[in-house]
Amino acid sequence: MSSLIQCDSIWKRYRVGDVEVNALRGLSLTIEHGEFVAVMGASGSGKSTLLNILGCLDQPTDGQYRLDGIDVGKLGFDQLADIRNRQIGFVFQNFNLIPRTSALENAQLPLFYRGLPLNEQRGKAAAALKRVGLGGREHHFPTQLSGGQQQRVAIARALITAPSLLLADEPTGNLDTESSREIMTILDGLNREGITVILVTHEADIAAYAHREILLKDGQLLSDRATRRAPGAVEV
Amino acid sequence: MPAFVWMTVLTALRILRRNRLRAGLTMLGIVIGVGAVIAMVGIGEGAKRAVQAQISTMGTNVIIIWPGATTVSGVRGSQGGAVTLTVADALDLKKKIPLLAETGWAKRDVMQIVNGNRNWNGPISGISPSYLTIRDWSFSSGGPFTQMDLDSAARVALVGQTIVDNLFDEGEEPVGVVIRIKNVPFRVVGVLTPKGQSAQGSDQDDVIFIPFTTAERKVFGTLFLGSVGAMFASTDRAEDLPEAVEQIRDVLRARHRLQSEQNDDFTVKTQVDIGIVQEGTSQTLTIMLFSIASVSLLVGGIGIMNILLVSVTERTREIGVRMAVGAKRGHVLMQFLIEAMTLSLLGGMLGIVLGVIGAKLTTVVAGWPTIISTDVIFVAFVFSLAVGLFFGLYPAQKASRLNPIEALRYE
Repeated sequence: MSSLIQCDSIWKRYRVGDVEVNALRGLSLTIEHGEFVAVMGASGSGKSTLLNILGCLDQPTDGQYRLDGIDVGKLGFDQLADIRNRQIGFVFQNFNLIPRTSALENAQLPLFYRGLPLNEQRGKAAAALKRVGLGGREHHFPTQLSGGQQQRVAIARALITAPSLLLADEPTGNLDTESSREIMTILDGLNREGITVILVTHEADIAAYAHREILLKDGQLLSDRATRRAPGAVEV
Repeated sequence: MPAFVWMTVLTALRILRRNRLRAGLTMLGIVIGVGAVIAMVGIGEGAKRAVQAQISTMGTNVIIIWPGATTVSGVRGSQGGAVTLTVADALDLKKKIPLLAETGWAKRDVMQIVNGNRNWNGPISGISPSYLTIRDWSFSSGGPFTQMDLDSAARVALVGQTIVDNLFDEGEEPVGVVIRIKNVPFRVVGVLTPKGQSAQGSDQDDVIFIPFTTAERKVFGTLFLGSVGAMFASTDRAEDLPEAVEQIRDVLRARHRLQSEQNDDFTVKTQVDIGIVQEGTSQTLTIMLFSIASVSLLVGGIGIMNILLVSVTERTREIGVRMAVGAKRGHVLMQFLIEAMTLSLLGGMLGIVLGVIGAKLTTVVAGWPTIISTDVIFVAFVFSLAVGLFFGLYPAQKASRLNPIEALRYE
């Protein structure tokens, strides 16, 4: 079985006006199935760019990215959309729920694009909402939910397709401590069920939930180490 | 795919309901455009039908032949002034042209008619019995005169409704009554079913028909016996009319011994020639309607495009989210196209309702006949859909080509 993620010296260059910006400079990284990785670094270190590339929202300018053995760089927009739909779940800092649309419909959105029958979409969405503790709030609109609840709807949306990879971009950035703890508990639970979780954060206590911590600086890997929670690590 | 379309339509409807005022204003152009067209087509069709009904009172597939004008020392008289057409011409046409179902002839003059102490000045037509068939006259009481009446120059008369109204007491039965035309007694044998106004606006019921022979010998005092005021012919099928006209011209030119450089000394016209004028009028109307429809649909379409562009900008983040969870470019394109078509179709349907109400109101208020055909409604429906499709395409394409990362970051 190949590694889930295999990045081979990937570069990402942007043009901002006349200035060329290298967001990633020859970064190589391998992540296995079932890992829980925290990506840390100062703003501008390239962690969001990395996450976008890992999530198939963006493609490297140079280098190779293999997701589950597939060279993603060779795929077109619609093929990437298909991969995002089937293998990847996204959780964003600002939740990114569709406004004035019920929790249920937000959660079922990926299945909608997969073209499943309507009642199957609804059934799975309801189950996913129950899984994140929002049973009974299927018909609430985002504005009727707290920040933590909105983020849980977003997680339900991400896990409804049973993805192999869950990408969270500062999922607790807009939440209070209590809600953050709840969200991290859910993500931890999903990881225990076998889903690979990659988390971008700049808070050490959030990163502490992960088993592996990657530190980026100027688009390059600064450090890559196991945390105390890594399997086999000694509890202190 | 059906689940996708269905949910997209529902989403579109929800978005429209959310921005009710905006959606309403956007649709207004289409509503007014479609409404105006439906109402005007209804009124136009009603008017056209009325004119057609009027034209058909002339009879069907009718050919009319008038004598030419006299030319005295280069001064031309009025059309029909010459006495170039005769009964013999008419009989010969019937014999030589198998295409003709009937030929008839008539001559008319205005005379005083007296019944008891009432009198009326009206046009008297001496006709062949076949004329009644060609011009499609029927009887409300009594019946036509016959070939025998023509041969014997009988003093019998058929009267139109206008004559009955002016010459007889109310409730009096005209059939059997003896009236006097230029002091010659005539027995009324039939009352003609009213035809109303002609397409040119004259009263078609102000007529008295008497046998042609009686007219020329006993009433008009004609100089040349057998000369007619006009000849009439009919064909069984409308498509034979042009061919029949050609043959009539050939036969008459031969009979009148006209050299090839000489002009016809007669004029042949068909109902079609008269109908063309009407057709021209309705064509002008159609062109006008088409322009109004095009302009209003264009304006309505631009309105839809404008609001959709605003919507794409407002919902950039949403588009980014949809792409992140697996929407392909086609999905996003379809979503905005369906939204545009929902808008234009709703507008179109409102317009249809408005137009039908407008047409009915015209009938009630102005008394004009209106006809709303299902064809027009169908066309309006299809057109409003097409407008949505056409003007939604650009904004939808713009949405589908967004970069997901930039869309997700959009504030």
